[in-house]
Amino acid sequence: MRETIIQYINAFVAGGLICAVGQVLIDKTKLTPARILVLFVSLGVVLTGLGVYEKIVEVGGAGATIPLTGFGYNLAKGAFRDVDKYGLLGAFTGGIRATAAGIAAAVFFSFLAALAVKPRAKT
Amino acid sequence: MQQVMTRDEYRKYVDKVSPNSRTLRNTLRAFMVGGVICVIGQFFLNSFKNMGLNQETAGSVTSIVMILLGVTLTALNLYDDLGRFAGAGSIVPITGFANSIASPAIEYKSEGYVLGIGARMFLVAGPVLVYGISVSIIVGIIRFLLKS
Repeated sequence: MRETIIQYINAFVAGGLICAVGQVLIDKTKLTPARILVLFVSLGVVLTGLGVYEKIVEVGGAGATIPLTGFGYNLAKGAFRDVDKYGLLGAFTGGIRATAAGIAAAVFFSFLAALAVKPRAKT
Repeated sequence: MQQVMTRDEYRKYVDKVSPNSRTLRNTLRAFMVGGVICVIGQFFLNSFKNMGLNQETAGSVTSIVMILLGVTLTALNLYDDLGRFAGAGSIVPITGFANSIASPAIEYKSEGYVLGIGARMFLVAGPVLVYGISVSIIVGIIRFLLKS
């Protein structure tokens, strides 16, 4: 019970901090949200490659994997795993293999939403 | 004795102080909302693990559920409201990634099913995938070279 509560607090703090960094970048630099997302996913990949992000995930749990840096973490982790298994080919298969569920879900659900929802008039 | 400012001094003072307090407010909001979204993710992750899924499968299913949540809130026109309040707190989590796909897909429906929905949904997700995938391939190649 106690452990679970600590886990949730860690997720809250880690996720909150990562988003706070994004907000400071939006407010203090000229970076648009799209650039922030590109930066965060790339940063997640690089930090995972350096072995740093794994440690953040160990402490922060979903607080580290739910932000877009976590998407980069999964890309890099997948690439590493497949390189270890299949060699150079793995660098090309691993990233998308590890993130396939999320990418496919996002595309498919968004497509269904676009079919179902009428675009609203701009106000 | 009370300190008196001229109108000019006051304006300078406001200019100096308010951008920072606005940033502080925005950052606090981003922290709170981003934190809450991650707690929801942690809840799903724990639930799926309790159902007997392994760490990795539970993570994938959690992603799918969070994305479904983000797309649904976008379709209901609620995610925009959240975004106006939370800023990066709603953009950075994976629900924001889902929103970045669903939102233009819905908005550009009028331009057709292929070049409207099909193409525009990648307005933001496209760059994210281009850079994310490319950097992961580079990191993978470096790993391969270091090993051999």
